[in-house]
Amino acid sequence: MKKQTGSGFGNALRQLTVPLVAIAILIVFNLIRDPAFFSVTTTVNNTGRTVLAGNLISIINGASELAILAMGMTLVTAASGGQDIAVGATAAVCGSVFVKVLSSGASITGLSILIAVVACIAAGMLCGLFNGTLVSVFKIQPMIATLILFTCGRSIAYWINGGATPTVSSPIVTAIGSFIPGVPVPTPIFIVIFVGLCFGLLFRFTSIRLYMQSVGINQRAARLNGINPVVIKMLAFVLLGVCCAFSGVISVSRLSLINHETILLEIEMDAILAVAIGGNSLGGGKFRMAGSVLGAYAIQALTTTLYAMKVPSTDIKAYKAVVIILLVVLGSPVVKKAFANLKLKWAQRSAKGAEA
Amino acid sequence: MKKLLAVILCLGLMLTASIALADNITVGIINNPPSESGYREANVKDFETVFSAENGYTAKAFYSLKNDEQLAQASQFITDGVDYLLVSAAETTGWDAVLTAAQEAGIPVFLFDRMIDCDEALYEAAVVSDMRNQGIGAVEWLKAQGLEAYNIIHIQGAMGSDAQIGRTEPLKEQADADDAWKIVVQQTATWDEAEAKNITEAAINSGEAFNVIYAENDGMARGAVAALDEHGITHGVNGDVIIIGFDCNRWALRQVILGNWNYDGQCSPFQAQVISDMIQKLQAGETLETKIVISNERGFDAKTITEEDIATYGLGEE
Amino acid sequence: MEQNIVLQARGISKSFPGVKALQHVDFTLRRGEIHALMGENGAGKSTLIKVLTGVYTRDEGTVFLDGVAKDVAIRSPQDAQNAGISTVYQEITLCPNLTVAENMFIGRDKKLLVSHKERERKADEILGRLNIPARAAQQLGKCSLAVQQMIAIARAVDMQCKVLILDEPTSSLDDNEVEMLFTLMRRLRGEGVGIIFVTHFLEQVYAVCDRITVLRNGELVGEYEIQNLPAVELVSKMMGKELDDVTGMEKRELAPEDGETPVYNAEGLSSANGVRPFDFRIRAGEVNGFSGLLGSGRSESVRAIFGADKVTGGTVTIEGKPVKVKNPIDAMRGGIGYLPEDRKDDGIIADLSVRDNIILALQVLRGMGHPIPKAEAEKFADEYIKALSIKTASADTPVGSLSGGNQQKVILARWLLTHPKYLILDEPTRGIDVGTKTEIQRLVLKLAEEGMSVTFISSEIEEMLRTCSRLIVMRDRKIVGELKGSELTQDEVMRTIAGRSE
Repeated sequence: MKKQTGSGFGNALRQLTVPLVAIAILIVFNLIRDPAFFSVTTTVNNTGRTVLAGNLISIINGASELAILAMGMTLVTAASGGQDIAVGATAAVCGSVFVKVLSSGASITGLSILIAVVACIAAGMLCGLFNGTLVSVFKIQPMIATLILFTCGRSIAYWINGGATPTVSSPIVTAIGSFIPGVPVPTPIFIVIFVGLCFGLLFRFTSIRLYMQSVGINQRAARLNGINPVVIKMLAFVLLGVCCAFSGVISVSRLSLINHETILLEIEMDAILAVAIGGNSLGGGKFRMAGSVLGAYAIQALTTTLYAMKVPSTDIKAYKAVVIILLVVLGSPVVKKAFANLKLKWAQRSAKGAEA
Repeated sequence: MKKLLAVILCLGLMLTASIALADNITVGIINNPPSESGYREANVKDFETVFSAENGYTAKAFYSLKNDEQLAQASQFITDGVDYLLVSAAETTGWDAVLTAAQEAGIPVFLFDRMIDCDEALYEAAVVSDMRNQGIGAVEWLKAQGLEAYNIIHIQGAMGSDAQIGRTEPLKEQADADDAWKIVVQQTATWDEAEAKNITEAAINSGEAFNVIYAENDGMARGAVAALDEHGITHGVNGDVIIIGFDCNRWALRQVILGNWNYDGQCSPFQAQVISDMIQKLQAGETLETKIVISNERGFDAKTITEEDIATYGLGEE
Repeated sequence: MEQNIVLQARGISKSFPGVKALQHVDFTLRRGEIHALMGENGAGKSTLIKVLTGVYTRDEGTVFLDGVAKDVAIRSPQDAQNAGISTVYQEITLCPNLTVAENMFIGRDKKLLVSHKERERKADEILGRLNIPARAAQQLGKCSLAVQQMIAIARAVDMQCKVLILDEPTSSLDDNEVEMLFTLMRRLRGEGVGIIFVTHFLEQVYAVCDRITVLRNGELVGEYEIQNLPAVELVSKMMGKELDDVTGMEKRELAPEDGETPVYNAEGLSSANGVRPFDFRIRAGEVNGFSGLLGSGRSESVRAIFGADKVTGGTVTIEGKPVKVKNPIDAMRGGIGYLPEDRKDDGIIADLSVRDNIILALQVLRGMGHPIPKAEAEKFADEYIKALSIKTASADTPVGSLSGGNQQKVILARWLLTHPKYLILDEPTRGIDVGTKTEIQRLVLKLAEEGMSVTFISSEIEEMLRTCSRLIVMRDRKIVGELKGSELTQDEVMRTIAGRSE
């Protein structure tokens, strides 16, 4: 029994190799470049509170939206074997709903924030339901199905508020986006932990993981075992919709404003990348959500590193692309197999050496 | 019988159409969609107000971010026989054929907001912002502050856009010319607030010394300020860091008047009235003296801004 | 050597890991004959064809072509084509969006530039000669399937083929189209082409063929002139008569049914998969079977029972209570388990562990909100791995890496774990070794002893005779007979399948 859990843990580690290696490389690289890169210090912010600061905090905080979206994207990838490219646009819609509800009330109270968050989640679920229906009922390829919201999502977000960059000002909103008074850790980090915890509980108390993996690997067999693939795929998209809502709220709250044209722009590509770097097959099936989250942090660490290195802004994307190509190739089955062969050969050779 | 009816119907339609034409001046407006930015929103609203039925206009508007769609619609307007064509192009190139067609059809063309790379003869007049002028305004103002050293975080807009180029150049020239001016960080946040915050945060974390943030629009300035706030760095009037933004959103001007920011450069979206005046002149048979009208744009200093300025020049909601 | 022989294969053998697909098979094709290659699934027909067309390389044996007493090496489909062997498969392998002429000459143009007109003229000439109702300039996709099939044949014939292999060309054609195809085949026979015809339809064999070669389990049963082999004998030869080890296996005799409520009863059941409405019942503790050749509708019938295909009509009662079975989950809730025929596509979830595969059906029955605790799942898995002696490194091993027989056992374990009242096993013994086959048969009888009802389907008729107390015989997607008691003999089953009174 013990041996089994041991091998399970080993498996987990093996699947997380790529994101862990990526993060390790970035850490070592940065430490060589600047030993103080990861030092966490405390500063007093402009509202007079003592808070934590430093690149490490910036990375973990800055990756919050991406980490949450990567979690949802993992599920959609697993169950549908495709990706949702509308997460940025959906988050814009959700954020817009959030702002709209807040700005239509007279004053912003804890209650109105709660209502806004609920409305925002509902909007996210609705978008998810829309995508999910297209994918599971109408059997449209996920990327094509989500192209619709990708194209019109930001226009819808604009239409909801009617203004280009509407703002909301409330200490509670600021608290969501930066710090809760008295707590030195940025709030978005807690939201990521909360969402992660929710997924953890979901996996612990339901068998949704088995259902989604079954549907993703062999839909026909899953159906013959009584699983309804339509419902399961829909569920994956709805859960991703909820993730979009959380990301939208965080992103809006960071600056108390929504610019629907730029909010979480192009984050879908990073989210898909995070899933891929996390060692998950983009063709669906087995998944490991922790991998995707680590992937998200790796991507953010890379961005922050490039900023810190003052890589010219025009070149940043090219650098990012090179690193990402390396990571993805490193995690590809071909390279993995080559490594395994190399290991085997080495083992054989050392065995021969021992014989001699 | 049926034929007769059809003929009568046609005649009737033509009559009503010509009556409508006789009454109102028809203008075809090609613009970018209001959702593009707060600037565009104000711009579109300005044209809607000025070219309204009450002012004697029939306005047909078309909004797109894509040059080819704009071109197609412009041709359609020419075919429809509008009286005037008003264009804010998505891209500066590719318009020669359409503008020539308009000229051959006798439809005067006005450019607004953005210039087009073409022969001056192809348009009647252009009413535009000079982004470079805005940049110069901000840099001159900054120079006038008389700091000993200028260590600047320069957050750029989407690379290659008109506004980015116009607002970047004067700063760069000044930094090249004067040793006291140093751009310590220069990154693009592609107009994204959150990205601007990340850039500023990275600069703070790596211990850069800076005393000016030159953000090429309001949103990015807001992002940068959020990073300063979280790291306990004071800014604005009496603060350690000077904050410069552009576009004059109403909420941004509020920050200026509160002293949290120091300067906001205007980018005027109000070109409709100027064009309307010129159209009226042409209608009256007069000729226009100027080919290119540069919108009169100002910059607002925290020390001198008034509530009236916010009401007059502020864009969008607060 | 006979004068007329165009192709002669001697002692062909071919093995795959774990399977001897062909063992010393001889095959002879003469000029101007249509020669049926018959055998049940797994008999080695397609392996033989693939050896002859160079898709597989033979392990042993010799192939002589066109009376030349020299062994020909066929290492690739290109070699086969050059040697004058062409194949037309069941699925059209042409390009539907090119024209008929383009399809006929694609990949064959010797010069880089050939004029359209020239090509179309030649194509029209061939089409006219073979009396194929199509024009060269027409888009291929616009032609009916039968015509597309014929164009594929025309393409093959034009390549100076001496041997034409037709692999199940009629399975998606209607009667008229089949007749059209036959006319073409007869014409080609008249021109001296040797045709190998592979089909499952007995009637078609008798309608068009001159000779039959029967294969079974990778071995040659014999070559026969058509007039010397009545349908019943053909069926018997295809299915084989040898009995393997049956010691200690005893079928249970059920008491005569007198008004007892069947575990499962269906009236007028039909599905979107083309099963004609049928009645079916099974009693507690009964083992029955669906028999018939491949494609007769036996699998489709049990799929309708389980709700695997869209059910289009009929009423179902389970233990007397009316039940609506629209989806597999409805059948599962009614206590039905189903081991599908296609293990890979319908059965296993390849990437998931043996454990997850075993608990899957039970988990779904319990509902998503009631996950089976890890400890319990491990207990279940260990229990059934032991009980069915599933050979796997651990319960964590992905089921896809197991051998076919063990995968089958995992799926069996999956359903046994749900303790069904009624278990449907569609070809549970296909493609697995003899030892496991007997094991599974014994298990079926033991389950019935314990009161479970089992429907057992197998292509091997002895297996069914050994285990089933009642056999439902199907032909052409219809039930054509029901055999029990003393009627359960091989002869009787074959006679019913063949449907010819001889």
